[in-house]
Amino acid sequence: MNNNQFLTDWGLTLMVFLPLAGALVMLLVPKEEEAAHKWIALLASLASAAFGIAIFADFDYDNSKSLQFVVDKRWIDVIHSRYLIGVDGLSLPLLALTLLVVPLCIIYSWNHLPEPRNAKAFLMLILVLHTGMLGTFVAQDLILFFVFFEVVLLPMYFLIGVWGGEQRQYASLKFFLYTLFGSALMIVSFLALFFVTGGETFSIAGLAERVASGDYDISHTTMLLIFGGMFMGFAIKVPMFPFHTWLPDAHTQAPTVGSVILAAILLKLGTYGFVRVALPILPEAAVSWAPWIGGLAVVGIIYGALACLAQTDMKRLIAFSSVAHMGFTMLAIATLTDFGLNAAVFGMVAHGLITGMLFFIAGSVKDRYHTLEIRRLGGLLVKAPRLGWIFGFTAMASLGLPGLAGFWGEFPAILSTYEPGAGLSEVLFRTYMVLAALGTVLAAGYLLWLFQRTAFGTPTAEFADTDVPDVQLPEWIAWTPMLLLIAVLGFFPNLVFGVTDDHMTSVAQSIAAAAGH
Amino acid sequence: MLENAWIIPLIPAASFLLILFFGKRLPRKGSEIGVAAVGLAFVLALVVNVQWFHHVDNAGERSGHSEEATDDGWFAYAPNTNVAVTSDGHELTRAELLELTNKVEPASEGEHESVAPVTKDWTWFENGDKDINIGMLIDGPAVMMLFVVTLVSLLVHVYSTDYVAGDPRYTHFFAFLSLFTASMLGLIMAKSTLQLIVMWELVGVCSFVLIGHWWEEKPNSDAAVKAFITNRVGDIGLLCGVTILYWSAGQTFDILEINTLAVNGGISSTALTVAAFALLAAVMSKSGQFILHTWLPDAMAGPTPVSALIHAATMVVAGIFMVGRLYGVFFQGFDIGISTVNALAIVGGITVLGGAGLAFVQNDIKKVLAYSTVSQLGYMVMALGVGAWTAAFFHLFTHAFFKACLFLGSGSVSHAVHSFDMKKDMGGLKKWMPQTFWTFMIATAALIGIIPLAGFWSKDEILAGASQLGGDGNYTIFMVVGLIGAFMTAAYMTRCVYLTFFGEYRGHGHPHESGPRITVPLWILAGLALIAGAANIPAWFPGQGSWELRFEHFYEPKGAYFPSALASFEVPEFDPKIAIISTIIGLSSIGLAYLYYWKDRGPHGATERYRIANAGYTVLANKYYFDRLYTDGIVAGVKGPVARAAYWINQNVLDGVVNGAATVAAATGRFVYNRIDQGVVDTIVDGSGSAAEGGGQVLRQLTSGKVQQYGALLFGATAIFAGVLIFVV
Repeated sequence: MNNNQFLTDWGLTLMVFLPLAGALVMLLVPKEEEAAHKWIALLASLASAAFGIAIFADFDYDNSKSLQFVVDKRWIDVIHSRYLIGVDGLSLPLLALTLLVVPLCIIYSWNHLPEPRNAKAFLMLILVLHTGMLGTFVAQDLILFFVFFEVVLLPMYFLIGVWGGEQRQYASLKFFLYTLFGSALMIVSFLALFFVTGGETFSIAGLAERVASGDYDISHTTMLLIFGGMFMGFAIKVPMFPFHTWLPDAHTQAPTVGSVILAAILLKLGTYGFVRVALPILPEAAVSWAPWIGGLAVVGIIYGALACLAQTDMKRLIAFSSVAHMGFTMLAIATLTDFGLNAAVFGMVAHGLITGMLFFIAGSVKDRYHTLEIRRLGGLLVKAPRLGWIFGFTAMASLGLPGLAGFWGEFPAILSTYEPGAGLSEVLFRTYMVLAALGTVLAAGYLLWLFQRTAFGTPTAEFADTDVPDVQLPEWIAWTPMLLLIAVLGFFPNLVFGVTDDHMTSVAQSIAAAAGH
Repeated sequence: MLENAWIIPLIPAASFLLILFFGKRLPRKGSEIGVAAVGLAFVLALVVNVQWFHHVDNAGERSGHSEEATDDGWFAYAPNTNVAVTSDGHELTRAELLELTNKVEPASEGEHESVAPVTKDWTWFENGDKDINIGMLIDGPAVMMLFVVTLVSLLVHVYSTDYVAGDPRYTHFFAFLSLFTASMLGLIMAKSTLQLIVMWELVGVCSFVLIGHWWEEKPNSDAAVKAFITNRVGDIGLLCGVTILYWSAGQTFDILEINTLAVNGGISSTALTVAAFALLAAVMSKSGQFILHTWLPDAMAGPTPVSALIHAATMVVAGIFMVGRLYGVFFQGFDIGISTVNALAIVGGITVLGGAGLAFVQNDIKKVLAYSTVSQLGYMVMALGVGAWTAAFFHLFTHAFFKACLFLGSGSVSHAVHSFDMKKDMGGLKKWMPQTFWTFMIATAALIGIIPLAGFWSKDEILAGASQLGGDGNYTIFMVVGLIGAFMTAAYMTRCVYLTFFGEYRGHGHPHESGPRITVPLWILAGLALIAGAANIPAWFPGQGSWELRFEHFYEPKGAYFPSALASFEVPEFDPKIAIISTIIGLSSIGLAYLYYWKDRGPHGATERYRIANAGYTVLANKYYFDRLYTDGIVAGVKGPVARAAYWINQNVLDGVVNGAATVAAATGRFVYNRIDQGVVDTIVDGSGSAAEGGGQVLRQLTSGKVQQYGALLFGATAIFAGVLIFVV
């Protein structure tokens, strides 16, 4: 078990709140000290990552299905909400992803600060965002979860609204409003859950236990409705078709780093919520909802891909590809099987790395060409060969090439859809399987055509004489870990599956047991 | 070496990384690493082959008793008894089945004693408390492919050092040749279907990169994209087929287990049939079978060595290999042993004729060879479809040599005349390029199937198989298809040779014979095209002693995982009648073509004079309109109207709802706002404002007024949903 007492008691808390502390320190430093702000932000995120690494090193991987490093303290007594945090096999990969991506984003910002600059405010917001995301992945109490879940919203709103593109006001507003709408329904569900289980606890495990015990006589309709509220909250965040329309606007307008964090981590809050909160607490409702979730997921896969084919802007195309990719993750979740849930978590990590990388690349292309209009680009491989090949590599990863990370989110999702969990229609899910497989063709289509039109060929006359610098140092530092991980995870998928499997197997088993009643 | 054969793919894999990162700094720009690595792999492959022969010949001593051999772990295929036994009882019978079938030894027939494959397993990852393995499976087909792939790859590497010399992306070219070789070797040794998928796609991506090697020109990158996407279409079948087999074989990717269960009735025949159909789609795309063949001729946009290695000798036979590898599934799924017609044979048969027909109307020498490859791959698929496993693999073996020789020869020609157009820029090259000419002629004769060259023996086995195997009435129709195909092959190759090497030179300048790095590989391949048929001399011929049917003896799998133990599985025998008929057909075809081209006899100008001939020509010139249908129909439709419609819905319907809701909400918000204590809302605004003080005044201006609306919306939505909960619950 976890040996170091200090780490056990304080590790997680420090990991979560060190970025926030960094932001507070920055508050005291004058705005003009740009370099100082960059260093403070980087150090704060690295300090947080250091605690994360210490926790990962001390984590008991043989027991990854149970919560570890649990801290359970009084918080809001009056509503029985506690400061309850911990990590298990589900949180760990996502924490790792967050702890990796945020420092890389800060490094990338070193020479890519978007207008109107203001390093202080920009980096402070990222640190606040960091705390919110880390907190969401460790919270085991629904109120605490909700608070962290919402903390994320505001910084991202400002990142888009202040540092975004021309349509930033509309995009940020839409993002904020839409997500908040879902959150509202979600919190009502949480409260309803609290009251129908006797009003004693908000702890996820406690609620799951109470619902499963059958002592509280909760009608199936109630469960369905409560699940529905959570579904709205999480599905909008994912985002699932047809609740995705905030995403392309937010992505297109967001500054590069904002897009990267949005794609790499923020979207995962939604899928994570399903696996962490909705499925374990309400397994019966999950079985009833699963065919619908699977259906929307498949529609998302096909529809997102088609929408990609219609895009003329590189960044907007990548944004729509998220709709398709998250469709695979949601389809995997909807199977309610161990294999599917494992695939879902892998898909989250892989999508985080790959789409995060794609947004980095889009940002760098924009910096160099000052446009992302596909038809004006072309010949990137001539102008900046390294950037072009990195783009090609990432595009291949994104279309789910085996041997790279994306495959392990996609193929196991398809595989598990053939044999969905207990109580789900095989015919329906096998139809989903074929449609999802069709989605992989469309994915190859939009990514390769994008790559062909931007990277192959010769530069357009407009940019024939433009000097396009190749990949630069901050970009190398920020990208190398992500590129390496994309390849390494592709060949050693057990780095994620090995961590998540025990946990997912037990989740799938408890759902199967609940479906049996 | 047998048990360590997994090292072989790692050598070119390492070479890929070395070339990629250090190639440019080396004196020969990385090509030396590639050549050395593949050369080493080839030597090791030879060692593996020799040891495998020894292993097969000594199989009798171990008499196939895997129980005995399990002691040393590597030399036996013992059923994986630690498969999770679940409560539903299915697994138990399955485990019993695996156990039982392994003991079944048709001891009466010496040929059918089992030869244990050499296997190795590592845990790749865990899922649902099960270990998913990655492994190595060395048996006859793997060992044979090991030889073919490393040999052709080595020759192509040597050839390329001259052929692509001076190319701006020389290093990059060799890096991807290495990666391709590694992936292809990984594919043929794959022990699990999952591993097969991974390698299958990796060879595909190498093909993509190498087809698009000269990506500055749009047609080249178009060809690369087309190849990849067409293969993706087939991959739907691969993904679905592997998935079906995974579940119906009791959650396993292990090829040996799947085959053993399939052969011995451990998998329902419906599942097998569906899986076989799904996998057939993958075969059609990867191995250029009608109707997914259209990418292969376009793939000739890549450098010629790539065409020889990837699009003739190795990658395109991956589909054939996969069928042969999962032959238990196909044999039972399509009832190959007892039917008279099945999907596999039909696809192969159509491809034989369809591909050969298109080869007639090409003016680009590489396109002729490409369609010829399509047609020959059709022979292999057809052979597998009629149950002639060994014939298919033997043809794969011989075809690799003579077709690689033809492609490399065409490269040598184009090197000299700077074009691939036979009609405009070639002719009379016999005089200028004697070595290229003779090797090309030998390979052509082998392809046409002139006795005693390699192609004669392998094609003849396929024809014999089609006439002898199968249920009532046999697969005779496919023998006829094969004979017609042989006639067409002889004719289009005669035309090709005539246009290239005979008559007057129509190009510019003085073509020169290529250097030794090009001609030596040509001669080696031509030599193999000459003698490779000896590998499987039928027993019918007297006086060849212990040389008879060596290919079958060493390379055809023997054991419970291969359908050879089934009563319906037969091995065709040499039939002198068929051999004579096919020889006559081939020679008369050459004769007719000779009269037509050399002597100017026959219906010249028929396409101008006769409507029907013209119509036929138009259909062929338009490649049966497949490209029209795919490119202008399906692809353009999906990319154009369909995608635009989806996006229109997105912008106007889905987003319209959202924007409409926002407008309504804002109006409602103003209404609600008047009834809510303004102080509460103001507090929220101030709170959020001060939290973002670092962001400066900009933020405040931006948000003031808006946040009230969200607040209102939040309250409104919450109220509605809470109301629903209260009233309904």
